[in-house]
Amino acid sequence: MNTSSLSNLADKAMSESPTRKAETPSARNSTPQFNVAMAAAGEQNATPVIVEAEKINLFYGTKQALKSVSIPFHQNTISALIGPSGCGKSTFLRCLNRMNDLIEGCRTEGEVTLSGENIYTKGVDTVMLRQRVGMVFQKPNPFPMAIWDNIAYGPRLRGIKNKAVLGEIVEESLRGAALWDEVKDDLKKSALGLSGGQQQRLCIARALATKPEVLLMDEPCSALDPISTLKVEELMRELRGAYTIIIVTHNMQQAARVSDTTAFFLLGELIEMGASAKMFTDPSDKRTEDYITGRFG
Amino acid sequence: MATAPAPLPDSPSPVPPKYQPLASSSTHLRRRKLASTLFYLLCFGVTLLSFFLLAWIMSGIFKQGIPYLNQQFLTSFPSRFAEQAGIKSALYGSVYVLCVTAVFAIPVGIGAAIFLQEYAGDNRFARFVQVNIANLAGVPSIVYGILGLALFVRALGFERSVLSGGLTLGLLVLPIIIIATQEALRGVPNSLRHGSYALGASKWQTIRRQVLPIAMPGILTGIILSISRAMGETAPLIMMGALTYVAFVPRGLRDGFTTLPIQVFNWTSRPQVEFQAIAAAGIIVLMTVLLSLNALAIFLRYRYNSRL
Ligand SMILES: Nc1ncnc2c1ncn2[C@@H]1O[C@H](COP(=O)(O)OP(=O)(O)OP(=O)(O)O)[C@@H](O)[C@H]1O
Ligand SMILES: [Mg+2]
Repeated sequence: MNTSSLSNLADKAMSESPTRKAETPSARNSTPQFNVAMAAAGEQNATPVIVEAEKINLFYGTKQALKSVSIPFHQNTISALIGPSGCGKSTFLRCLNRMNDLIEGCRTEGEVTLSGENIYTKGVDTVMLRQRVGMVFQKPNPFPMAIWDNIAYGPRLRGIKNKAVLGEIVEESLRGAALWDEVKDDLKKSALGLSGGQQQRLCIARALATKPEVLLMDEPCSALDPISTLKVEELMRELRGAYTIIIVTHNMQQAARVSDTTAFFLLGELIEMGASAKMFTDPSDKRTEDYITGRFG
Repeated sequence: MATAPAPLPDSPSPVPPKYQPLASSSTHLRRRKLASTLFYLLCFGVTLLSFFLLAWIMSGIFKQGIPYLNQQFLTSFPSRFAEQAGIKSALYGSVYVLCVTAVFAIPVGIGAAIFLQEYAGDNRFARFVQVNIANLAGVPSIVYGILGLALFVRALGFERSVLSGGLTLGLLVLPIIIIATQEALRGVPNSLRHGSYALGASKWQTIRRQVLPIAMPGILTGIILSISRAMGETAPLIMMGALTYVAFVPRGLRDGFTTLPIQVFNWTSRPQVEFQAIAAAGIIVLMTVLLSLNALAIFLRYRYNSRL
C-alpha cells in the first residue's frame, strides 16, 4: 500500500479545488480522511509516482466533464476508477494519453505528468506519448486483419520488420494476454472471427506488444464472461510487476479484487481515493459508501 | 429459478392477457400480409420490366450488329464503305484517352478526398470546397467540354489531342471519384482510427495502414464507375473538338483521336442501313469493354473483402 503521499495529495486536491461549488457543501466537509495506520503502512513500500494528473479541467464544448481532478498514480500498481455512468471515467482515462485530442471541441486544462514531464506542453509528440502509455478500449476494436498482423501492428509502426523478431513479440504478447493457446494455430486468420472475449484479450495483447510503461484499460471486462474476466484479472496481476495499470470498471468486486488503489468519481469530480482495501470497507465519504453499497440513485 | 416470483402483496394479481392461437388469423393480420405480398410483387415487377427493356434493346442491337462483328471490324480503320469499316482507331483512342483520365483523376481524386475527409476537419474552407464538389458532380457534361476547349485546347495549347480529351474527361469524373472515396473513408469506423492512434501510429500511418485498406473496395468501386462513365461520354469530347474520322492509331499524347462512342455516334448519323448495323457492332464492343470493367471492379472488391 502506498497511500501516504497519495492521500496527502488527494487531500490537497480536494481542498484546493477551485471549481467546488456552493451547492455541494458536503464535499468540503468530507474531504478524504485516510486511515492513519494504512497510510503509515503504505509509507514503507510506496513506489514512485509515475503518472500524475493535476487539476484537470476538461470541457466538451461548453460542458465541463472533469472538474479539477488531481490523482497521482504509482509505479507498478493497479488503480481502479469507479463511479456511475457518465461521471467522466473514460474521459479522464483519455486525458492520460491525450486521446481526447482526437475529439472535436474537447479542451483540457491542467497538467498530466509522465515521469515528471508534462504531456500537455507544446513540444510533446503524441505518437511518442502513446507508445509509452498504451490503451485498451471499452469496446474491443480489433483491426480487420490477421491475428498476427494485429499484434505486430504496434512494433511495425516503430519500424521493426524482421519476421522472426515480430513473431517472438507476437507470441510473447499473446501469452501475456492468455490468448496464445486458443489462437496459436490460427494466427493467419482474421481477428474478426474471434469471440468478443477473445477480441478483448487480443486488444490487450496488441497493447502489450508495444511494451508501454502505463496501460490504460477502459472497462476491459464489460463484455466478458466470468472465466475470461478472471483470466484478464489474473493477467493484470501478472502485468503489475512490469507495468502501471489504470483500469475503469463498473464491477466493485473486480476493483476490490485487483486494484491497489481506487478512485471514486461523481459528476466529473474526484470524490475520494485511497487504498482499495479501505475504500471498500471503510470509505470516508458518504457518497462513496452509498455508491459501493448500491444505494445510489 | 423455475417458480414464478410471488406478486407483491399490495399489487392486484396480474390478469394474463389472452393470446390468440398461432394458427388463427384476423382481418388485420390478413391485410398486413396482403400489403407485404403486394410490395414484393411491385418490386419484382419493376425489376422484370427493366430487365426486359434492356433485353429488348440489346437483342435489337445484337441482331443488327453480330453479322458485322468479326476480326476485320476490330482491326480496320473507318471507311466510306460499311463492309470495310472498322473500329480500330476508336478502340485505341478510347483506351489512350481513358489512360490519361485515370492517371490524372485517380490520384488527384483520392488525394483530395483524403485531404477533405481526414485532414481538413470541419472549417469554412472545407465546407465551401465540399459544397462545390457536390455541385460539380451535377454539372452537365457538355459544360466540361467547353471548359476543356477553353483550358486545355486553347489556353494550354494541347490542341485537340488525346491529352486534352483525357484531361477533360478527368475533370468530369473527378467529383465522382472524390465523393465516392469520401464516402468510403467515412465508412471506416472511428474506433479503428483510435485503436491505431492509441498504439502510437502517426496520422499518415493510420491512414495508410488502416483507413485506406478498409476503404479500398469502396474506392475501387467509385473509380471503376467513374471510368465507365468517362468511357461512355461523347458530348464533352465532341464539344472539345475530337475528330470523328480517324484513320490512324494515336501514337502519342499530342495526336488527334476518336473514341468508341464518338465513332458510334458518327455511324448512326449516316442514312445507310449498313452503317446502322456497324454502329450496333460498335455498341457491342463498347458494352463488352464496359462490362469487363465492371467485372474487374467486382473481382477486385471481392478479393479485398476476402482478405479481411
Ligand atoms: N465525445 C464527447 N463529446 C461530448 N461529450 C462527451 C463526449 N464523451 C463524453 N462526453 C460527456 O462527458 C461525460 C463523461 O463521459 P464519460 O464517457 O467519460 O463517462 P464514463 O464515466 O466513462 O461513463 P461510462 O461508465 O458509461 O462509460 C458524459 O456526460 C458525456 O456525456
Ligand atoms: Mg466509459
